[in-house]
Amino acid sequence: MGFKHKDIIGLQGLTREEIELLLDTAENMKEIMGRDIKKVPTLRGKTVVNLFYEASTRTRTSFEIAAKRLSADTINISASTSSVTKGETLSDTARNVLAMKPDIIVMRHAASGAHHYLAQRVSCSVINAGDGAHEHPSQGLLDMLTMRQKFGRLEGLKVAIVGDITHSRVARSDIFGLTTMGAQVCLAGPPTMMPPGIERLGNVVVCSDMREAISGADVVMMLRIQLERQGKTLLPTLREYARYYGLNPEKLKLAKPEAIVMHPGPINRGVELSSYVADGDQSAILTQVENGVAVRMAMLYHVSGGELPTA
Amino acid sequence: MNLLIKGGRVIDPSQGIDGTFDILVENGLVKEVGSMLPAPAGTETVDAAGLIVTPGLVDMHVHLRDPGLEYKEDIVSGTKAAAAGGFTTVACMPNTKPVNDNKAVTSYIIAKAQNEGVVNVVPVGAITQGSKGEALAEMGDLKEAGCVAVSDDGHPVTNSELMRRALEYAKGMGIMVISHAEDLSLVGDGVMNEGFTATELGLKGIPWAAEDAAVARDVYLAECTASPLHVAHISTAGSVRIIRNAKARGVKVSCETAPHYFSLTDDAVRGYNTNAKMNPPLRGAAAVAAIKEGLRDGTIDAIATDHAPHHLDEKDVEFNIALNGIVGLETSLPLSLKLVEEGVLTLPALVEKMSCNPARILGLDRGTLKVGAVADLTVIDPNAAWTVTAEGLASKSKNSPWLGEPMKGGAAYTIVGGKIVYQR
Repeated sequence: MGFKHKDIIGLQGLTREEIELLLDTAENMKEIMGRDIKKVPTLRGKTVVNLFYEASTRTRTSFEIAAKRLSADTINISASTSSVTKGETLSDTARNVLAMKPDIIVMRHAASGAHHYLAQRVSCSVINAGDGAHEHPSQGLLDMLTMRQKFGRLEGLKVAIVGDITHSRVARSDIFGLTTMGAQVCLAGPPTMMPPGIERLGNVVVCSDMREAISGADVVMMLRIQLERQGKTLLPTLREYARYYGLNPEKLKLAKPEAIVMHPGPINRGVELSSYVADGDQSAILTQVENGVAVRMAMLYHVSGGELPTA
Repeated sequence: MNLLIKGGRVIDPSQGIDGTFDILVENGLVKEVGSMLPAPAGTETVDAAGLIVTPGLVDMHVHLRDPGLEYKEDIVSGTKAAAAGGFTTVACMPNTKPVNDNKAVTSYIIAKAQNEGVVNVVPVGAITQGSKGEALAEMGDLKEAGCVAVSDDGHPVTNSELMRRALEYAKGMGIMVISHAEDLSLVGDGVMNEGFTATELGLKGIPWAAEDAAVARDVYLAECTASPLHVAHISTAGSVRIIRNAKARGVKVSCETAPHYFSLTDDAVRGYNTNAKMNPPLRGAAAVAAIKEGLRDGTIDAIATDHAPHHLDEKDVEFNIALNGIVGLETSLPLSLKLVEEGVLTLPALVEKMSCNPARILGLDRGTLKVGAVADLTVIDPNAAWTVTAEGLASKSKNSPWLGEPMKGGAAYTIVGGKIVYQR
């Protein structure tokens, strides 16, 4: 089967087969990344615009490397150095960027739904690199790829996601993707960070205690506490958060012995994760980053409708 | 010009009339209601067979955006939209630029409406100076200049002491306080109803308690001060319950809801539809059911539109920065008529909520077809079939969630002071 979508706005709505196709393609892309010359001509002549309205290092760099490995021309625009600072609207930015005839726009934006808005207004493909608290599909795919590589499957895995679920686009994409693939997702976090109705998103269980969520888990996904968003009403102190919702070696023993620990980064060391865990044997954090490039190559490849990367 | 409106189903709850009658209008006043009335010489006849004739509809909550924000709407376009929707009187909220917190602005609105408007406009003044919630506005002056109520609509009076004094002071001036009930600390930076849809869309939610807590505070302040209070645009089950209980113990409280709160749920936001973004936000199905029950049992006195025109540029943006509000004057009647089809309200009860009650709450000599009353009438075609289109809306702004949707029912004629100001 082929990938039929012009855009990738989220993992919600993608079928199991489509997710599998993206993950399988990412595996192929990893093979390219292992070569001496890590470049194929698949997207030669195509232009990819990275439009970043929010600060980002790893996602933007990862998309840029992915595009370059496929031989696309890439242009990076960040809000702080663009006409956005002069008050230009997203609609006008989109029109202007589109007038330059890009093939793919990769966008990160602080507003949930911004990509939905953009995709309706431009003829080129749009890839969501994170929209507000809505979705972060490339992160969801790289998380699933990392899990699949470790366990050889996604179906039946118990994945614990711990932390600020309300503000996490990673959590939503993971939930949409993992539940579509037949995994069970257990969520834990302070009730102030647990949005209403989240269990209705799929095969999702909300646990009142982090220990319950990670007990017997195959994967423990720790979310970043977004210090810039928390204000003073969601948490008393980071110290208490670390005590009740942080992952240390002792708590990690509750998970399966072969369990892996994941984190979308950047880590607040000593808050979500102790350094023993972040840098320990069970940590898959750097594998996630590596897989990010492969997944993003797969996404760029499929929305561009290019030929298989054989060269 | 004199008018004879013949053979319509006349519904006038103020007199307990519901039957087929003729209405003779002379010199702008209702001259006679009866059967087989002859048309005096020079009288224009309106054939109302198959139509419903009611006292002119009164919308107690609109935003005409004039002065200061005329690019969204002005008194001329707003009153044309009102006439097209069957409204003969509209009460306009004070969040203009400048705010209607003084005689000069009130006088401007009244003068422009009289000279250029096509329906009656009654201004609502501000509770506090600049609607800033810091110091009381000159309510005596506002009333003297023609304001029929005071409200900081769009902004709650967050200081409870100031709201208490506003209720007391307004009572002394004989003017009604209309509460915009919202606890802003609970609203935070929420942009839609808190619930499953917001969770799925990743949008910040506003809990129902943000409205309920504020309604409860204002109801208790009204009780404490023995002052009348009207609560604007209620949208939650809790608001209905609190007001129902307050009425039962004799608190002088009335309230309104708007058609979107009984016609749509927060599912309408899906697709990040900014034309479904309003304040208070669209709620869930249980709240919609509670609003309908509140209408049915009389807890909710009035249906108002909260007609809130916004320019395309203010809606064609990311959801979280889109302005709140929708235009409602031209869709209110068909959406409200659905309540009759659904058995929530009888037609006379609907006329009470769209004409008699808002007129009574605001102290207007409207909402009746009694002989000698000003001849403001709405002739309703309950079967008129039409589709909402941007081009078809008389309002300058087109921010309606019903664009492209079919509607059933609407005004066939809108008559103000005996003059036909709109004819379908």
